[in-house]
Parts: sequence; structure tokens; C-alpha cells
Amino acid sequence: VSGTGHEPGPGHPGDAGLAAGTDFPSLLEDSAEDLYENAPCGYLSTLLDGQIAKVNGTLLSWLGYARDELVGHRYFSDLLTIGGKLYHETHFAPLLSMQGHVGGVALELRTAGGARLPVLVNSVVKASPAGEPLLIRTTVIDARDRRAYEQELLRARQEADRERERLQLLVTTLQRSLLPPALPDVPGLEAAVHYHFASPDEVGGDFYDLFPLGQDRWGLFLGDVSGKGADAAAVTSLIRYTLRAAAAYDPGPGTVLGTLNDALREEYERDHGHFCTAIFGLLTPDGDGFTLTLAVGGHPLPLLIAADGAACYPPLPGGPLIGALHDAAFTAAVIRLAPGDTLLLYTDGLTEARTGAGRDRLGDEALLAFAASIAPTTAGAAVSAAIALLDGFGGGLDDDIAVLALGVPPPPGPAPG
Amino acid sequence: VASRSLPWVRETMPVMSGIGAAGRNNVVVAGRDDAPVVMLAHGFGCDQNMWRLIAPGLARDFRVVLFDHVGSGRSDLSAWQPGRYATLDGYADDVLRICHELELRDVAFVGHSVAAMIGVLAAIREPGRFSKLVLVGPSPRYVDDAGYRGGFSRADIDELLDSLDSNYLGWSAAMAPVIMGNPERPELAGELAASFCRTDPVIARAFARTTFLSDNRADLARVAVPTLVLQCARDVIAPAEVGAFVRAQIPGATLVTLSATGHCPQLSAPEETLAAIASFAGLGP
Repeated sequence: VSGTGHEPGPGHPGDAGLAAGTDFPSLLEDSAEDLYENAPCGYLSTLLDGQIAKVNGTLLSWLGYARDELVGHRYFSDLLTIGGKLYHETHFAPLLSMQGHVGGVALELRTAGGARLPVLVNSVVKASPAGEPLLIRTTVIDARDRRAYEQELLRARQEADRERERLQLLVTTLQRSLLPPALPDVPGLEAAVHYHFASPDEVGGDFYDLFPLGQDRWGLFLGDVSGKGADAAAVTSLIRYTLRAAAAYDPGPGTVLGTLNDALREEYERDHGHFCTAIFGLLTPDGDGFTLTLAVGGHPLPLLIAADGAACYPPLPGGPLIGALHDAAFTAAVIRLAPGDTLLLYTDGLTEARTGAGRDRLGDEALLAFAASIAPTTAGAAVSAAIALLDGFGGGLDDDIAVLALGVPPPPGPAPG
Repeated sequence: VASRSLPWVRETMPVMSGIGAAGRNNVVVAGRDDAPVVMLAHGFGCDQNMWRLIAPGLARDFRVVLFDHVGSGRSDLSAWQPGRYATLDGYADDVLRICHELELRDVAFVGHSVAAMIGVLAAIREPGRFSKLVLVGPSPRYVDDAGYRGGFSRADIDELLDSLDSNYLGWSAAMAPVIMGNPERPELAGELAASFCRTDPVIARAFARTTFLSDNRADLARVAVPTLVLQCARDVIAPAEVGAFVRAQIPGATLVTLSATGHCPQLSAPEETLAAIASFAGLGP
């Protein structure tokens, strides 16, 4: 395309318009030999073991060697710095042997005077017509300017990596402050929890807690804030402290969720609203088991995995999304956890998880089938099974997932005899 | 060699299912099931395809077990943990896990470069598991020390780590499809060449540190398995005096100097290397 759209004229070497009456060979004084010797890049031919067999004038002048100092006496790797030699032996040469060519590898040559010359190296293996490799041809391109630019890019990249690490540390610390460091010991109850973080770069939007409410009473909650990141972290913080403070004042689960609904509306009314879904529960010992009073706000129903091997979603009254409606009411219901029963609370990241190849969501039905398949179980085993289920989804987890299991250990087996 | 670069292992060898140690280390098994086992372990830099010129020959007389170290080749990159692989013990542990999972016994272990010391560590932990050790271009310590010449100064090794960094950008760009690629996508033969010597730059740098800063000199005397040291004539990574040191330290070890040059005789002189390995591995116990 050279010359297209331009007036042909002198000063445009290579322009087709020059061809008429111009004697190219004499103008360019070119020969294959001259092109090789004085090319604007270094040329080097070596035997397969790296012994230098031919080298052009350009490379000799860059390196400051006389031709007979290299040809027949030195190996290509002799021209490299130590790091380059190791890289050459462990990466470059094996790759060249495998594919017959290697391109764009950054190396540094050592000049006769000891200086370093950053270069980009391309090599090809020249083979006989029968396919037998004969020698290695290498071009060497001066990369001083490019290397300086790359150093700058590398520095920026390293800085970005450091910043990301700092961010992840910050996120982890913040996340930890929003979740209980460990679940408290509730006599007669086994509790287990798992939190899957969708991204190490963002604070998750799921939350849970289990905490004492005076003598023989415990509160628990699990929920999911709309959004994620710093914004969601601030909301989660508000939710967590509101729930705990409200429960200390009046632990009725319906009242607690109502208080949270008011708090969210007051705090974020002008801010397009912030919503969450949550289950709040009040746990009290009841003979050999526990009574659990639960209220639900816009949250998926928990799963009851019973001692007799049955699994179901207990019929709890569902309440509205928390923070969405003025004066929302939440009705509590009571279920009993008998010995051998396990209740599994989870966020919708679990049912929304994409189940691998088919990319279907897991869904409520499949989760119920999963629960039936592990019944009867214990809290620890149920959480382990849920983790294994999630692991099986591979890359299908694009949301945070919290799973909290509460179980009453089964009675010891019948005494021998 | 160059033009015939199709990966033979994919064409002729069954690939283990992608679970357990076999999946983690991309284990490939070839040869007769009832033949003595030869396990081939690649060194720092590339993957099991380093053995592609001699493995088919070995498979005629042996059951050949190939694998990629975690972090290399087609291993499960998600299984790589900086702590576990900060010492060669983590790699030796993987070798033993593969042996256990495949129920390999009387294994002739062939370790190239850093994998030679990985084999030494594995053989010390379970001497009964191994019948022979073949150490190709071994070095128990690359950095010079008082009374010991490994061939490199600490500054040299730091320069290597820097040179890995200078290829960082190129690697990142070229590696992106491999690291982030969809595992369900059918693999193309050409991709193997593309992934052969490339790895996540963070993993490569860590493996380089583990490789070139390890000191396993004191372990050599504890090897109780018949050992052959294969030394190349001109090896800038593992010079002749290091090979001689290894032979002298391992009780009863023998040393064969190949006429091959460079650090990878299995590529530069496959016939000679194959013959040396096969004759030693084929000897009675």
C-alpha cells in the first residue's frame, strides 16, 4: 500500500513511483551478504548444542567481540548473564526443541566489556529436507528502550499486586469483624457454619450470628444484604448491631425483625433503600431437645433434617423483604428440635448456585433431595456435606454463601444387653 | 525434533482420571502393566513432555509413569500452595502420594534436575518403595558454600529470579488463556506446545526459589537405594564437579558421564540417555 493516495516523489524510498528509471541495486548497494552483516538486528547461527557457527557484524559490534573470538569457540549461553543462562537451559532450549521456534523472549547479553545488553531473542531450528534438525538460527533485537518501558509496566503491575493484597487484607479483616470469630458453646446443641466468599476482593453480603441472651436463651440470625462491597459492609454492620440490641431488649423474633425493618428504613430512606433478607431465631432448651422460635423476612426457608431420615421445609410464615415496606409485620412460629434433628439455614447463594456443566441453578427441590440424601445427620456432617456439594459445582459459585446448621445430637445407642 | 512436535503422550497413552493425586499431578501411565515401573520426574522449567523422546522407548520394557509437578504443565494449579511447595519435601510428598495411589512398588525413579533431589527425599522417606534412583543432572545445592562449589553465587540466583520477572509480562499474557481457560473446552493438540514451558509467573518464581536455594547435601548420605548419576559433558546448571560430589556422597552410587551437552540430555541426546536409564533400571535388584 506504500504510496497509495500520496503524490509519488523522491524522498519516498520504496515508493512504487520511484521505480521508473531508477537502478535499485546500485542505489541500495545491497547484497544478501551486506543485508546479513549490517542488518538492523543481530544474527547468530549455532549448532544444536549452542556452539556459535556464524554471527553478523551488527551483533559483533554490539558485543564488542571479534568474529574469531566467538565462532567455533563460544556457546550461545556464554553470551548470556547467569540468570539468562539458567532461563535458557530450563525454558528456552527445551521449548525450542519442542516447537522448533521460540519468539520474543527477553534475555540480557553480556558484552565483552562486561556491560549488559537487554535484548529480545527469536530462534528457529533449521531442519534438513528430511526433517532432521541441523542448526539454530537466532535473531537478536536491541531492547534497551523497550526494556525500560517494560520495567515501568512491571513496576506498575507489582504495585497493583501489592495494592490488591492490601485490599484483600483489609477486606478479610473487615469481613472477620462482621462475623463471629467462633460460635458459642450451647450445651446440648451442636452448631456448625460455613461461609463461602465469592470474591477475595469484596466484603460478602451474607451474615450470621449465634449469641447468648442471658440464662438458657440464645439468639441466632442468618441473612443476606442486597449488594456487596463497602456499602454492604456498612449495612451489615448496622443490621448486626440492631439485631443484637433489639434481641437484648425483646427477643421475640417477630419484634426483632420489625425493629430491624424500621432501622433500615430510617437509616436509608433517602438513599434508595437498603434491603436484606434474614431469619431470626430464639433458642431455648426443652427437655432433651430445643424449642426454636423463628421469624422470616424475605429469606429462603430453612431445612429440617429429622432424626427419622425425613427432610422438609417446615411451614413457617414468610415475611416481607426487610427494609422494603413501612410498618412491615413479621410473624414467628415455633419448631422443636428433638434429638437427632438438624436444622439447616442458608442464604440463596446455595440454591442459586450453578450446578456445573448444565449451568442450571440448584433450586429448592434439589436442595431438599440433597437434605434427604444425608438424613439423618448432625450439624457438623450437614455442613461438611454442603461444602462437598459446593465444591462439586466448581466455578458455578458467583455469590456469597452462608450455611449454618443447628443439631441436637442423637441419643446414645441402646446399651449393650 | 522440531517439526515432529506433536505430543505423543496424548496419542498413545491413557490419561488417568482427574481425581486424587493422579489428577492433581496429571499422571500419565504407559507400557505394560506387569513390567517394572519407571517413574519420570521433570525438573524446574517445563513439564512431563521433557521425556517425550525417551518415554516411548522405555515403555517397551517398563511401565512408565509420568507426571507434572503441581504448578507445572497440566497439573491442577489450584492445588498449588506457597507453604506446601516452599521446600522440596512438598514435591517429594506428591511423588509418594502418586506411588501410594497407583500402588507402585519397586519403582525406578528418574529425576531430572531438581527432581533428582525430590527423588532423594522420597527415597529416604520410603526406601522400600524404590528399587533404583537415576539422577539426571542433579545438584544438591546450587549456591557455592565454604568448601563446596555449586556453580552459582547467591547474587547469580537473585539475577535468575529477576530474569523470571522480566519475562513476567510475556508470560502473563501468554498464560492467561491457560490459567483462566474453561476446563470443559476440548483441548487442542497445539495447546500442549503452548503450555509446555509456561506457568503462572508467581508459581514459577516460587519454584525457582525452592529449586535454587535448597540445600540437600546432608540428605545424600541417607540414600539407601542403588543410585546412578547421569552427568552431562557440558552442563552450566549442574557442572561435572557437582555430579562427582553427589556420587561420592551417596553410598555405592555410580556415575556415568554422557557425551550429551547442556542440561537436558533427554532432549539433546535421547538415545544415549534412554540406553543409560534402561540398562540401569533393568538390572536385577
